[in-house]
Amino acid sequence: MDLVNIVLQGVLVGGLYALFAAGLSLIFGVMRLVNIAHGDLIVLAAYVAMEVVKLTGLHPLVSLIFVVPLMAAFGYALQRGILNRTLGGDLLPPLLVSFGLSVILQNGLLAVFTADSRKLDAGALETASVAFGGISIGILPALMFGAAVAVIAGLQFLFYRTALGRAFRATSDDAEIAELMGLDRAQVFGWAMALSLAVVAIAGVFLAIRSNFDPFMGPGRLIFGFEAVIIGGLGNLWGTLVGGVILGVGQGLGAAIDPGWQILAGHVAFLLILALKPRGLFPRIDG
Amino acid sequence: MSDGLRLTDVESFYGDFQALHGVSLALEPGQVLALIGANGAGKSTLLKSICGLASPERGRVEWNGRDITGWKGSATVALGIALVPEGRRLFKSLSVEENLVLGGQVGRKGPWTLKTIYELFPVLAEKRHQPSTSLSGGQQQMVSIGRALMSNPDLVLFDELSLGLAPIVIKDIYAQLPRITGQGMSAILVEQDVTRALGAASQFLCLAEGRVSLAGRPGEHSRDAISAAYFGT
Repeated sequence: MDLVNIVLQGVLVGGLYALFAAGLSLIFGVMRLVNIAHGDLIVLAAYVAMEVVKLTGLHPLVSLIFVVPLMAAFGYALQRGILNRTLGGDLLPPLLVSFGLSVILQNGLLAVFTADSRKLDAGALETASVAFGGISIGILPALMFGAAVAVIAGLQFLFYRTALGRAFRATSDDAEIAELMGLDRAQVFGWAMALSLAVVAIAGVFLAIRSNFDPFMGPGRLIFGFEAVIIGGLGNLWGTLVGGVILGVGQGLGAAIDPGWQILAGHVAFLLILALKPRGLFPRIDG
Repeated sequence: MSDGLRLTDVESFYGDFQALHGVSLALEPGQVLALIGANGAGKSTLLKSICGLASPERGRVEWNGRDITGWKGSATVALGIALVPEGRRLFKSLSVEENLVLGGQVGRKGPWTLKTIYELFPVLAEKRHQPSTSLSGGQQQMVSIGRALMSNPDLVLFDELSLGLAPIVIKDIYAQLPRITGQGMSAILVEQDVTRALGAASQFLCLAEGRVSLAGRPGEHSRDAISAAYFGT
């Protein structure tokens, strides 16, 4: 029963990792940009949520009605104002710029909010649980997993069933010819980043409810996101969810053996899969 | 104010290489121009300079009396200029029908809809939900033509229509050209096969090393004169 419990909790945490990863995967898929600042943007979203909660007194989860549009607008401006200028041809300039952005975000957050660790208070929700037989499931982790499934299903629908998704896929395939269909590349990339940061907003709020956060925890979230994307296979959103779950279960099993092994075990699971299937479990994108 | 396409002394670069040295041409509505010339003569760069994928350094590109020099591709398509690119360049993650729908996204009114494209190329209707890359070369070329037509253009630029296709398929596609251009649309046809291009066109322009070496009506010049212009001798 213990093992079942560990695996189950790992699966639910995997939902959070999939949320970290979904926005990353989307941006790479549409514009081949490896966004090093992704983790810091998640932390930024957590702070934005903290301020919104302070100002309005809303429940952290309800604060999403403000945090999601705020982050999406920020993403659009960031893409149009900075990142679009670095794209085209070489992969290195956008990578370096997003690395610089990561440093700026960390230090900016430090200057404004200090290094104190914070947490969002979700009230009774944090400890509420339901019991099935001998296993109890926390409402919050279950919500988190549900949110991840909903986000990925939503992105999947958007990508394969809507005009915006068609524009994303066409621009990703051949941006030059997509221009001749009336799709302005700068605009399409702006929408993609807006969408990515909308997902980041959700990830940031769950992160902030689940654990303490401080200005420097972004890079760690980025690594979990990367690992989930790579395990699942580039360009496959459902694969990313599986990747998150594998990472979560790996960490859970590691922690059960020895609490110090939690993070390490996740990385080991990642390395094992990379060694056995270098392209991930369900790859869609080549190269 | 004049209708149609007018290029005046256009100079364009392909990377650092100057591909066009002062090219001028005029194309009236409803006319088909065959653009011929050896490899590297600047034919593709000329087409790109018209539809906005290349920006001329000097000279003017006018369309229906409006200066569109240096406009983006996303803007020229809205004015009715469409390209059938060399090598087809279909969107590989989109189905046949999605490729066509995307072509019509600019929302210009006109005779071309999914229905009329499928009448023109019935085989595409059967394969509408397949990935565009699962089709044969000739069928992919049909999708590429259909995708350009879906924007209901007034001018279509065909770049190397027959490249890599079987002769029988080329014949089929050329058989449909009058139906396409018969709608009052003008076209520029870039083609390696000079005889075929001249046969389908009302006027021609020959490029050699980025300059116009000969232009006129197909019947006006002898085969020898055209081939001399083609090879730049």
